[in-house]
Amino acid sequence: MSAVVRLHNVHKSFGSHKVLEGVSFEVGRGEVAAVIGQSGSGKSTALRCINALETIEHGSIDVCGHAVHDPKLDRRSLRRDVGIVFQSYNLFPHLTVEQNIMLAPTCVKALPKAKARELAREVLARVGLEAKAENYPEQLSGGQQQRVAIARSLAMQPKLMLFDEVTSALDPQLTGEVLKVMEDLARGGMTMILVTHEMAFARKVASQVIYMHKGKVWETGPGSMLDAPKTAELASFVGSGL
Amino acid sequence: MTYEFDFSALLPYWREFAWGALLTLQLSALSTVLGFILGTLCAIGRADGPRWVKFLVACYVEVIRNTPLLVQVFIVYFGIATLGIRVSANMAAVIALVVNVGAYTSEIVRAGLESVHKSQLEAADCLGLSRPQIYWHVVLRPAVERVYPALTSQYVLLMLASSITSQISAEELTAVANRIQSDTFRSFETYIVVGVIYLALSFVVRIALGLFGLAVFVRRRKLGTAL
Repeated sequence: MSAVVRLHNVHKSFGSHKVLEGVSFEVGRGEVAAVIGQSGSGKSTALRCINALETIEHGSIDVCGHAVHDPKLDRRSLRRDVGIVFQSYNLFPHLTVEQNIMLAPTCVKALPKAKARELAREVLARVGLEAKAENYPEQLSGGQQQRVAIARSLAMQPKLMLFDEVTSALDPQLTGEVLKVMEDLARGGMTMILVTHEMAFARKVASQVIYMHKGKVWETGPGSMLDAPKTAELASFVGSGL
Repeated sequence: MTYEFDFSALLPYWREFAWGALLTLQLSALSTVLGFILGTLCAIGRADGPRWVKFLVACYVEVIRNTPLLVQVFIVYFGIATLGIRVSANMAAVIALVVNVGAYTSEIVRAGLESVHKSQLEAADCLGLSRPQIYWHVVLRPAVERVYPALTSQYVLLMLASSITSQISAEELTAVANRIQSDTFRSFETYIVVGVIYLALSFVVRIALGLFGLAVFVRRRKLGTAL
């Protein structure tokens, strides 16, 4: 088994509100898993649990050899293997694009400044933004900011990338340019888990679609399962999205 | 009744005035730097420290903000002497001013820290940065930039308040003035001159802090927009 991520019977609640009720799934090396579902279905929470941004009450999560559910987890070593991109970009506003990208490699991996700058140019080229290296985040469009956030994550050379509704704040055109970058990444063999509302993207790029409903994995399958839902819930979810 | 101004009596003392002004600037600069460091550490401790640190900082801030500076200066001066440690009046003055301005700084910086969105810390955390690295690179600069005008006012105030330390015969501008007026019996003129010098020093402090801000807040200098 070469699963990069394995969730087994994960339970999580906020107070008395149960968000995850026995979630299990696996994502193999080089796979692209799209997690879909209504708001409140627990999909974002599941993603955040994978990166230890939330602690779970029950079950196990193994990510790149780290036992994430273990209270003795070395969070910083987990973070070296896992990159995450958020809906709200979360770029550092007081730093240039290049400085945003250089920060983690210089701080965490003690890369010399010159090497880090080289690396920054390299990842910026991958997202098509070499020309914006000296700009500040506020000078970029939302789509460009999100591509910088992806580049910032890539600079740490993660084994797994998580995307939390990264296009939800963008208009269709900007969404397109971000999705294109993600598609390139997928083609390059990156293991990715994305929480998304982009059904067309999930159908086309994902090797595995995970439909979550009421805190449970309701249905999983290849992208084509969206065309032939087995459950009434997925049918109505897909139907309402069209 | 008419009063005849005679500033000429003060002319021979211009060196003393200049010397006093310089000492005041030195005293304030040192207290500002140390007070900023102390206040910032306290603000971080109160925002993110264990409960006992939060409690300690809260007590310190409340005690300092609710007692007169003059009393604080005396307590530090005589307190240190009682402990059997010999320090100069100027050193005692710096300690008292640092303790005082540290409390005010901590409240101002705390407001700045609270203005930095949690998602920024989360993003930095996810990139693998350690807690100190997150504060140093991600939180502190935007936090201080947002409250910088308030900090500037506080440090101008500190420079003016340093006149109080003349009471423990720290050597600064007001102490120098006290001596000159008792030599010349020209009290009114002496304090008018000292007032004007303080006014000029305030401008100097504001300009110095303004230039420092330009040097540190690069984004603001280049784009001219607020964070």
